[in-house]
Amino acid sequence: MESGKNYVYGVFDQEEALLSAVQKVRESDVKIDECYTPYPVHGLDDALGYKRSRISVAAFMFGLTGTILAFTMMIYMMGIDWPMIIGGKDHIAIPSFVPVGFEVTVLLAAFGMVGTFFVISNLKPYGKPKTFDIRSTDDKHIMAIDLANNKKSVAELNEILKSSGASEVNEKKF
Amino acid sequence: MEVTSPVREVLVTGNKSYHDVSHDICRHVEAKPNPKWMAAMAISLGALFTGGYALAITLWDGIGVWGLNKTVGWAWDITNFVWWVGIGHAGTLISAVLLLFRQKWRTSINRAAEAMTIFAVICALLFPLIHTGRPWLSFYWFVPIPNTWGSLWVNFHSPLLWDFFAISTYFSVSLVFWYIGLIPDFATIRDRAQNKISRAIYGALSFGWDGAAKTWQRYETVSLVLAGLATPLVLSVHTIVSFDFATSVIPGWHTTIFPPYFVAGAIFSGFAMVLTLMLITRKVYKLEDYITINHIELMNIIIMITGSIVGVAYITELFMAWYSGVQYEQYAFLNRATGPYWWAYASMMTCNVISPQLFWFKKIRTSLWATFALSIVVNIGMWFERFVIIVTSLHRDYVPSSWAMFHPTIYDMGIYLFSFGLFFTLFFSFAKFFPVINMAEVKSVLKSSSGEIANKK
Repeated sequence: MESGKNYVYGVFDQEEALLSAVQKVRESDVKIDECYTPYPVHGLDDALGYKRSRISVAAFMFGLTGTILAFTMMIYMMGIDWPMIIGGKDHIAIPSFVPVGFEVTVLLAAFGMVGTFFVISNLKPYGKPKTFDIRSTDDKHIMAIDLANNKKSVAELNEILKSSGASEVNEKKF
Repeated sequence: MEVTSPVREVLVTGNKSYHDVSHDICRHVEAKPNPKWMAAMAISLGALFTGGYALAITLWDGIGVWGLNKTVGWAWDITNFVWWVGIGHAGTLISAVLLLFRQKWRTSINRAAEAMTIFAVICALLFPLIHTGRPWLSFYWFVPIPNTWGSLWVNFHSPLLWDFFAISTYFSVSLVFWYIGLIPDFATIRDRAQNKISRAIYGALSFGWDGAAKTWQRYETVSLVLAGLATPLVLSVHTIVSFDFATSVIPGWHTTIFPPYFVAGAIFSGFAMVLTLMLITRKVYKLEDYITINHIELMNIIIMITGSIVGVAYITELFMAWYSGVQYEQYAFLNRATGPYWWAYASMMTCNVISPQLFWFKKIRTSLWATFALSIVVNIGMWFERFVIIVTSLHRDYVPSSWAMFHPTIYDMGIYLFSFGLFFTLFFSFAKFFPVINMAEVKSVLKSSSGEIANKK
């Protein structure tokens, strides 16, 4: 977390107020740093102009790694390192490798994706949350504006936030 | 864009505001444990320690203390294993399959159902582990690790090994899925916390969650992909459990119908267990506005459908045994229904096939007492189903001189009691220290489901 950043933030009571405010604020040429909501607000990512998350691609790659790893392991162990005939099956009997192959695929896809999610979203035990207002995990929506990224003054931003529907406007330093 | 049909039953009643949702759920976490909870916990711990004695004796003396004999080599151990795994399936079904089908009513029950899944799978894992006799060596039998026998690897052709991979993957993926959902709620508890200790604990558990829009967007993608992974996973787990039997050549086990039949049975018993637990939680925690009669009715309908599928499977099995023309196969089923274990078969048929048909009556499926009673009946029936499949297929084998009966010893019963103690100890701890309802998800469906939001402060 960078120190010494100055923010102005607006508090919104309802998700509709936040959604329309995001549009208005962006139209008046103000760069929004981030919004903080107590629950996933649908359409907020589009309103903020966020691109679709590519985390599912990561999941696919991890899953593919799992499949290849599992089949390589089983083929090496059962077919090359110590070949044995069990139940009259071939040494390398692909159908009986399918269940384990599938499970390892799912395991790696799930853990890889969740690990990626934690790393890119900076979630970790004792991670420090960027709490503008503790009510933002209860029932309030926060729109935070970084002063360094905008040419407008605090008073101007105050005015814009208030007029677009914020119930409170405050300043905070991180 | 999401399309929502205009007329819908209200999901959350009582005209709740967002703050009410946080308050209703968090207050149980914040309150001091009440005497009722302590009494319930004491009973579970009593079961845990009493049963723990049987477990300790089993580990010390070996599985010879069980009632197994040369003919019946699997009995209560694997019955309990399959029973617990089956119960676990409902949690994943609610959280993953209903998420994919956009069934918003799942939001009030998914947290507790997933917790139940995880605890049930822990109980299930216990049985295959101890039935190996020397569990401390079981790593060499299940996990492909290099060893001193010239690296004699585990047998990847064996369904028992597939089972190990399936159950352990299922457990860890369910745990991750559950935890991802808990993070935003832990953050709510952290921000409401009045004292330093709980702020520190829930702060650590919440992983520094602040509800940023970008994180929420990724969170939703992660949940959706996890649901997509967990859906085939949950179907694969009970399929592979059924392979333990279906790939053998024992009459009564060697049937291709097992995978779908086991999966339906698992969902059936799992929903029954969810209802047993939720009806108690709902009452004790006064969550009637979140878990409404509508939720209970929907779950009862699922029980009715899966119970009927199980009934069709029983009858199909009987028909196929007759139609196969194989005398061993025919005898296995004749013996099941009319042999010395006829009472187990009759209990199974009554509890699983006949009793859920009562849910055709709206009066019964919307009655709390009837639902509670039937949810227990269903789980008794499902335990008997596994007992019938396992023991009656084994106890009269090919040579009449080796025919035998299975008599459980106190150690068999004690370990089953231990698994109950473990399950309820974990569940009661969860109900006290964790938010029992997914607050963030309930808040996200509050508006679309209850029309107007009370604008209370």
